[in-house]
Amino acid sequence: MSNFFKDTDIDTSQAEAIVTETLKNCDDGELYLENHKSESIVLDDNKIKSSTYNSDQGYGFRAVTGEVVAYSHSNDISKESLRKSSDNLKDTLKSKKGTYNHEIPKTNSKYYENINPIESKTFDSKIDLLNNVNNYLRSKGSIVNQVTANFLGEHKSIEIIRSDNQVLKDDRPLVRFNVSVVLEKDGKKETGVYGVGGRQSYDDYLKDGSWKDVCDEAFRIANVNLESKPAPAGEMKVVLGPGWPAILIHEAIGHGLEGDFNRKKTSAFHNLMGQQVASEGVTIVDDGTLHQRRGSLTIDDEGTPTENTVLIENGILKNYMQDRLNARLMGTKSTGSGRRESYKHVVLPRMRNTMMLSGKYSQDEMISSVDKGIFAVSFGGGQVDITSGKFVFNCTEAYEINNGKIGSPIKGATLIGDGPSILKEVSLVGNDMKLDPGIGTCGKAGQGVPVGVAQPSILINKMTVGGTKL
Amino acid sequence: MIKDQEFLKDIASYCIENSKKLGATDVGVKVIHSVSENVSFRNKKLDESNRADSFAVNLTTYIEKKKSSINSSDLSKSNLEKLIERCIAATKITPSDENNSLPDKDLMSKEIRDLNLYDETHYPNDKKIEFLKKVEETASTDKKIVNTEAGFTENKNNFILANSNGFLGGYKTSNFSSSCVAVSRINGAMERDYEFGSTRFLKDIMKPEEIGKIAADKAIRKLGPKKIKSEKIGVIFDKRISKGILSTLASAISASAIARGTSFLKDQINSEIFPNSINIIDDPKIEKGLGSQNFDSEGVETNSLKLVENGILKNYLIDTYYGKKLNLKSNGRSGGTTNLYFQNGNLSFKDLLNSEKKFLYITETIGHGGNIITGDYSVGASGFMVEDGELTYPVSEITIAGNFKEIFKNITLANDLEMKYSTNAPTLLINQMTVAGK
Repeated sequence: MSNFFKDTDIDTSQAEAIVTETLKNCDDGELYLENHKSESIVLDDNKIKSSTYNSDQGYGFRAVTGEVVAYSHSNDISKESLRKSSDNLKDTLKSKKGTYNHEIPKTNSKYYENINPIESKTFDSKIDLLNNVNNYLRSKGSIVNQVTANFLGEHKSIEIIRSDNQVLKDDRPLVRFNVSVVLEKDGKKETGVYGVGGRQSYDDYLKDGSWKDVCDEAFRIANVNLESKPAPAGEMKVVLGPGWPAILIHEAIGHGLEGDFNRKKTSAFHNLMGQQVASEGVTIVDDGTLHQRRGSLTIDDEGTPTENTVLIENGILKNYMQDRLNARLMGTKSTGSGRRESYKHVVLPRMRNTMMLSGKYSQDEMISSVDKGIFAVSFGGGQVDITSGKFVFNCTEAYEINNGKIGSPIKGATLIGDGPSILKEVSLVGNDMKLDPGIGTCGKAGQGVPVGVAQPSILINKMTVGGTKL
Repeated sequence: MIKDQEFLKDIASYCIENSKKLGATDVGVKVIHSVSENVSFRNKKLDESNRADSFAVNLTTYIEKKKSSINSSDLSKSNLEKLIERCIAATKITPSDENNSLPDKDLMSKEIRDLNLYDETHYPNDKKIEFLKKVEETASTDKKIVNTEAGFTENKNNFILANSNGFLGGYKTSNFSSSCVAVSRINGAMERDYEFGSTRFLKDIMKPEEIGKIAADKAIRKLGPKKIKSEKIGVIFDKRISKGILSTLASAISASAIARGTSFLKDQINSEIFPNSINIIDDPKIEKGLGSQNFDSEGVETNSLKLVENGILKNYLIDTYYGKKLNLKSNGRSGGTTNLYFQNGNLSFKDLLNSEKKFLYITETIGHGGNIITGDYSVGASGFMVEDGELTYPVSEITIAGNFKEIFKNITLANDLEMKYSTNAPTLLINQMTVAGK
């Protein structure tokens, strides 16, 4: 039974009838219902700055024929509203001769429990923990200038009603805990940020004092940056640390391998299927099935079970990430990558947990092989121009390398490269693959979705470092 | 149809009354309804149509100096009742903060001026489709254009902002916007560029042929870019980029960044931070302005402010909470700037391009490489080399870097300001920046 039609003037079978009737002669489409609860509690400047609870519910009704998508969404779940949306869709898709594709794979796997993290920890204990974070960090001395810490928790229930009464459901918990600290020494200020999260309860990430580790890491990064000197400018060798620096993979090649850009031939990768796009030894997957990870999904937002999709195997381009629309138009199958930020948004092929798998080298071997370059350990965000393939990401912790040895920390700088060629410049792949701490959000076409990344240390032969020192 | 003021007022009053009944000493609420219709085209065919009908209630309750908020999209009274209970419960156990309060009564907006922000014209989807066909036909004239996308969005919005001190105000706004993205190709390598226009009134929107042509021309001129050598050079920011300097300034002079001590402009009030020829204004009362408003997000009256006068920083952007921390009155900038712009400079665009032998002209930056705390700036960039006043060849895969304190002091403005966005700047020159390339 659906929970969405409780307290409304419409029941499930009436809604199903509207869906089936609207999608007649369409190739695909569905009614997507979503109930989303979220909270944000922020400590800043020694005070609880805000506590906010959000409750959002609505539907998105989609009809697809050929390449055309008609979409209508509303937060009014009622007979009249659904009827109006249905008319709007039918009006847009006047001539349609499609055959509805009923096939949707089934799954018994679940990659997270149906818990509501907002309710599974009391409000008081969240406030207490935030105050503890503030006191703990400020006790590290007068160089602590500012502390911000926050809880972000959510629970999302979705229900997908397809033509002919097929109903698919999922319940998704998600939490994130972040700490940011600003240190001041000799008139110089620097920030350190760290966070953890995933699809479990807050306490799974914070118990036994592990919140202190989050604080310590933020403090350590800020402290390193206080000693930083101007970053170099120009092309040089770059060693990337394991884990979160894999946003390089996400930006440089991940977006370029999303099905829509390749169907539309606007991706720099659209004619490279089956070709060598990376050094031998580079294997990259996009995996939605990792337990409790931020980017994992039991089913995607079209109802397709997620999978572990091999994108690049030993340097050869093997697969794109697909939603149902792009898969159909490209004559292949959905990889369970159809995602949307909410019922207000159309489905797009998106990444889940994008990972470069381990090779055989140690990080020490990489660093000792570099005469002059940089060692980048942590990053802020990144961005890519899909069409030209140029991508950037910002270092938040990096060091210079001189004659095979790690030297002084350097100021935050942007690194820029070219997606289709950067992976050919990867000369060594490390044996130390690590997952990121669970904090990533990917933006595309104005939609943010939670994602994960992972990689081992890697050595890149040549990349442009955007510092100020020539 | 967009809901009328009475409908929204009824919900706002319900929220205030019920919150007070449950023990709130003060209440602030905003109720919003928006309807948006979007049509997009790709390669001269319909690609997507999207209709959105959205409600939102944002409620903040205070019990003395304790505060908590809820947001919801479900306007039913049964749902609101439950959420108000939850909000009050959370307020009771949230620690006090002496700076929490509604704005001072004497600062509240007294009258609502018609700023010409609403055009009730409905542009039916058939018309949007005709418009987009013209956009794409013009965009794809040249054979080097291999892909085009175009979109048209119509937005209607109505809101009520109210608080328990008796403030109640709101009005309708509208927005019509159209965009075109063109992808060009030569020797297997592609570039993309775009054009975008947004106006309050349908009749003011750019001609479809113009949008298509500009997007295509821009995408074609980017073809065959070179990566240049690393060097220090004068950098010109195209108008699409130059407004970013103002956004950075706005973040750095927000009362929150100043009060928290996390701005590179802390303690710079009344100091010269730009050359003395530069004036920066934030004017909320521009007719049809994309950033225009009668009052800020707390209901405080907003008036035109000179943020920078003759190069000197004159005002912060102040809301009630951080104003109290700084011992300053709100100047109606809760929610940020309104129509923010540089007053025009003296040089024409052409004269600016000719003011030195060689420049780098940047048309696009990527990445989020600005740090408000330190002022450090480093982003990916693409654009053109300018030699003897002419654009000679496209440049990409480079970065530009510097520090905003230095960047601000080395700005020369052209006189080609246009009010195209809510934040607007003319083309500008930064005397010297570090460019990293080969």
